[in-house]
Amino acid sequence: MSIQKRRVDVVVILTICFFFGLMQGIAFCGALDGFAGLEGTIAIAGGTAHIPVMNDAAKNIMTVNPGIRITVEGGGSGVGVQKVGEGLADIGNTGRALSEQEIAKYGLKSFAFALDGVAAAVHPENPVGDLSPQQVRDIFAGSITNWKAVGGKDAPVHLFCRDEASGTREVFWEKLLKKGPVAATANIVASNGAMKVAISQDKNAIGYVGIGHVDQSLKALKLEGIAATQENAMNGSYPVVRKLYMNTKGEPSKLVRTFIDYVMSPECTDIIKKYGYIPLK
Amino acid sequence: MQEHARTRIPANHVQPVRERWIRRSLLIATGISAGAILFIFVLLVYFCLPLVNSGGMSSVLSWQWKPFGGEFGILPMCAGSLFLSVFALGLAFPAAIGICGFATVLAPRSVARSTLVMVHFMTSIPTVIYGFASVFLLVPLVRDWFSTGTGFSFLTAGLSLSLLILPTIVLVFHARLQQIDPALRLAAEAMGLTPVRQFLHVLVPAASKGLVVAAILGFGRAIGDTLISLMLAGNAPRIPDSLFDSIRTLTAHIALVLATDSQSMSYRSVFASGLILFLLMGAVNFLIRRLDRGPGENRYENGH
Repeated sequence: MSIQKRRVDVVVILTICFFFGLMQGIAFCGALDGFAGLEGTIAIAGGTAHIPVMNDAAKNIMTVNPGIRITVEGGGSGVGVQKVGEGLADIGNTGRALSEQEIAKYGLKSFAFALDGVAAAVHPENPVGDLSPQQVRDIFAGSITNWKAVGGKDAPVHLFCRDEASGTREVFWEKLLKKGPVAATANIVASNGAMKVAISQDKNAIGYVGIGHVDQSLKALKLEGIAATQENAMNGSYPVVRKLYMNTKGEPSKLVRTFIDYVMSPECTDIIKKYGYIPLK
Repeated sequence: MQEHARTRIPANHVQPVRERWIRRSLLIATGISAGAILFIFVLLVYFCLPLVNSGGMSSVLSWQWKPFGGEFGILPMCAGSLFLSVFALGLAFPAAIGICGFATVLAPRSVARSTLVMVHFMTSIPTVIYGFASVFLLVPLVRDWFSTGTGFSFLTAGLSLSLLILPTIVLVFHARLQQIDPALRLAAEAMGLTPVRQFLHVLVPAASKGLVVAAILGFGRAIGDTLISLMLAGNAPRIPDSLFDSIRTLTAHIALVLATDSQSMSYRSVFASGLILFLLMGAVNFLIRRLDRGPGENRYENGH
């Protein structure tokens, strides 16, 4: 008796779920019309900053059209170029513009879809909150080694930088350090996450992270009064920004083209904003 | 009797076939592994060729790593790998001998057994767990206690690495101690040697070759490890001035640089790093084989 009743309940719940699913599908269809009638697979690899956006876009598309399979892998910008260039992925993501050699070797085509800011960051308890670009340059070059020199307490500066392959490092070095020297004594960490851990644990640390990664565990430094926020990055007053790119080998296929159009469409702006990036359109 | 013999004949008949199959599959497995290693070596050399041809090899074998200033020296990383491994071995080796001595002669059987069980368990802890725990526990300790540097240092990485290679050394050396003829220990006991003296003056000399093999295996594991140094050593590409300075090892260097632009010089220098690491590990393995075959040292071990 009770088993039968429970079974009826399950059927009711499943039916409700089914209708909700259907409605959701209908609601999405407006933004995802282009995928109707298409099927196939899209392999995406490369830049780690892109992953959350790619995953959400892929989820929306695959919910509406189960005939499309989209796989998203990381590996970093360099890996993205290699994979798309060698034909191992349909889209190779980079957090930097491609080098001329890369374009020449593989014949790649770039699609920029979002803007990401990079902020110099310190421990939340550090009294220093505002530096000039020159002070930041001096700190990273190793000529300022004590926080006292920039109005902080009497303590040594602990430098943290990112690895050579990092797009975050590249934009910080080019746009804020103006390709200046970086002290050889600086510690190197391998990801935005590792940077956050290092800074949040060390009261004398300074490093840099993508603005999307800033939270209460660290404090983003102002540059001469300009806060490192998405708003300031968008209106151009905060200068340390980079574009996020999707790259294809030559002209993309119809399916890949539709995916790129979707990521760059107004419907995807909410996803891009949700992860702390700024849509380009 | 006859019945017995009759059942035996087919068994004898089957055995060589099965044995031949076993031998064949083992041969194939050996061939594949040996071929793979050879292939890796050839591939590394092949990828290093453009470096040699373009004259970049001298730039790679220098002391400055400034990829954006056109300097690609990997010698600081070679030195970092060597220093760190020697340091970790220096910490782990005496500790491992102590643990072996404790488990062999001093501890009651149940305690000795649980000690060895724990050491066995240590071998199964993934490297990343050591690294992860150390980032949150050991790094702040080193920074606060010594109040120099960031805590991401030679010392931190060395301590964690010694913990990582300790079980390897203990297990290899303990296995050698177990092979020693029990009569030897009984004789020592009869001569009135205390347990500690038995261990130091009889057992350790008798298993001295095991000592060397254990040390070399531990060293190989230390120099080959990537995650500990990547997560804890700080990765500054230079020769450290003190224990509290940041260093970068060859393995961490490869991990950090591998994802760069595949057309750049930094990327090509990674293959030189790989080749050096490969040759280093090869040399260590060669050394083990040489010592393992050395004559005349096995007289106290069972079965010789």
